[in-house]
Amino acid sequence: MDAGRTDRYRRLDTDRLADDPRTRIIVCCGSGGVGKTTVAAAVGLRAAERGRRVVVLTVDPARRLAQSMGLTSLDNTPRPVEGVDTAAGGSLHAMMLDMKRTFDEIVEAHSDPDRATQILANPFYQSLSSSFAGTQEYMAMEKLGQLRRAEEWDLIVVDTPPSRSALDFLDAPQRLGRFLDGRLIRVLTAPAKVGGRAYLKVLNTGFSLVTGVLTKVLGAQVLRDVQTFVTALDTMFGGFRERADYTYRLLQTPGTAFLVIAAPEPDALREASYFVERLSRDRMPLAGLIVNRVHRARAGRLSAARSLAAAETLQNGNGGRSADEDGDDGPPTGYPERYPLAEAALRLHAERMQLRTRERRLAEVFIAAHPSVPMVEIPARPEDVHDLAGLRAIGESLAGEDPATQSAAQAHG
Amino acid sequence: MSARDNDWDGVRLHVVTGKGGTGKTTVAGALALALASHGGNVLLMEVEGRQGIAQLFDSPPLPYGERKIAVGLASGPRPGGDVYALAADPEEALLEYLAMFYNLRHAGQALTKLGVVDFVTTLAPGLRDVLLIGKAAEAARRRKRQRHVYDAVVMDAPPTGRIGRFLNVATEISGLARVGPIRGHADTVQSVVRSPQTAVHFVTVLEEMPVQETLDGIAELHDQAHGGLQVGGIMINMMRPEVLSEAELAAARDGTLDSDELAMGLKAAGLDDSRPLAVDLAADLAEHACAVELQRSERRRLAAAGQPRYDLPLIPDGMDLAGLYRLAAELRRQGAA
Repeated sequence: MDAGRTDRYRRLDTDRLADDPRTRIIVCCGSGGVGKTTVAAAVGLRAAERGRRVVVLTVDPARRLAQSMGLTSLDNTPRPVEGVDTAAGGSLHAMMLDMKRTFDEIVEAHSDPDRATQILANPFYQSLSSSFAGTQEYMAMEKLGQLRRAEEWDLIVVDTPPSRSALDFLDAPQRLGRFLDGRLIRVLTAPAKVGGRAYLKVLNTGFSLVTGVLTKVLGAQVLRDVQTFVTALDTMFGGFRERADYTYRLLQTPGTAFLVIAAPEPDALREASYFVERLSRDRMPLAGLIVNRVHRARAGRLSAARSLAAAETLQNGNGGRSADEDGDDGPPTGYPERYPLAEAALRLHAERMQLRTRERRLAEVFIAAHPSVPMVEIPARPEDVHDLAGLRAIGESLAGEDPATQSAAQAHG
Repeated sequence: MSARDNDWDGVRLHVVTGKGGTGKTTVAGALALALASHGGNVLLMEVEGRQGIAQLFDSPPLPYGERKIAVGLASGPRPGGDVYALAADPEEALLEYLAMFYNLRHAGQALTKLGVVDFVTTLAPGLRDVLLIGKAAEAARRRKRQRHVYDAVVMDAPPTGRIGRFLNVATEISGLARVGPIRGHADTVQSVVRSPQTAVHFVTVLEEMPVQETLDGIAELHDQAHGGLQVGGIMINMMRPEVLSEAELAAARDGTLDSDELAMGLKAAGLDDSRPLAVDLAADLAEHACAVELQRSERRRLAAAGQPRYDLPLIPDGMDLAGLYRLAAELRRQGAA
């Protein structure tokens, strides 16, 4: 068995990280469906109950954090979370990003009321602010910057948007900044500046090509909307990119820590690898990897093969329950046999050990490629987390306080 | 195929969605293999640039182009048709669209350099989606010598949280373009998506959040705004076999399992140390019983949605091609293909 080999990894100590007053921002990232939101909430709750003033920012449009924190609604302002143990002097707030409202606020802050009204009513703006794939990421970064500047919290825990790739969180804000600030926009604004249709005469081939295609694909009306929007936004040029750059730099400061979250699945761990490599290339402070929802078997000393062999011994020798040729158990058919319970327990154990072995093998691939990255595992739970007690239990697992984890670790050690 | 031999006869475009982590790509791949078991060719298409199909079939990254990736599930002695794969890319789809409708392909490079392609495909998601679904609709309807090139097209679509918006292209576009060529294209694409030729399948596992998202997704598709979208089957993935009897489950849940009986059984199986082993296994069984209970209640919630359901077993030692064909056989046996 490979049971002992993954023990060579450095254990990620999230308590030490979150307790450290120098840690001001924790970014939880990873691909979709790995439990980012829950882990972010659990880290935030634990830090709050250990004495820090924490705000958790979630960007997920599903009301998952709300559910797991027992809240019915979250909006663009941080709300106190009820039921948190504040004995250590900490507190917990939570908020869900409203990306359109955040975008609207930037527009309103940077232009006079008339112009703001004009921009907000523009069809192209409405499409951009509510559905552009990168807007969510940009606005998450913007909100993070705002929260950081407010200096009201010791620690901000951010849950990144559910994009297909964890890297989108880093790239999308700059992409939007680049677009709003870029060459295409300048080309498009040129005609409006010289006024009306006069542009037909002044332009270079690039422009006519661009407008030609956009008109063909989108129609003239869309092009007009884009041009009106861009012209109205003229005063804010540079601002978008600057803001994106500001938050990007904020992420590179030592007060920030990235937690990469993955499920013990090939896709999720592959994404985690990309992300870890990218963070190191961009000199972003990586704290470590959290492998979430790891399966375990308490009796790790009994291998899958031995367990299955033992189950078969019972089945053949003692007239256990019937099984089809694949070894798959159907529903129990005959009673009473002598040891059906033991046989079932052994088959279940074998299946868990197989799963465990596979998950460990996947984790080993990651460790082999990134030996210096600290790691911690959170065991899978039979039920979903939707209250503070569940979040607390996850926090305890992270800290290695979960009794079941300890016995499993001993069994493997 | 005149006789109705599966639940989705007449469907040419199978859209497969699911929450992240539920095995959406795997199930889409298995469905493609199963659909090809009728002898015709099937196109498996991905739209998110993840190269998930290549990984699933253990092949090098796919270019933008349809290429054979596997042979469909055999049907008795009869071999399956071919499964083709396509990693659809919005940029390529746009250039193809320009070439097809406006003879503008030569302009592609200049457009890319100026950021127009980036603009159209990334910044205006409605446009990107129209192009991607348009590609799937085109493949589903493509004919050569009076015959369909593909019996079916299976699309590994965006996750459940985004599926309503993704498929509702015409409405999404209308915010941006009320008239104009792309609007016309969107309307054509929409008419295919909203026809009985298209079905949207949901992949889930028996856990609370994925089931909730599945139910929300189905409700969204049933909703007025998206009227006409056909909800397909619910594929319940990674099902664990139930190994305990009802009485044992109840006992395990209540913590009243007979650990003496368990220890004796382990001893009879030739295992040492049977007593402490029995304690550990009993604790695992209690956890298992709790999980089974939850799975059953999630199953009841899914049943209330009234859609056909298909059970796919967990492959404990990891998904490989053999496992994929096994899932395909299950889908076929249960009537999904």
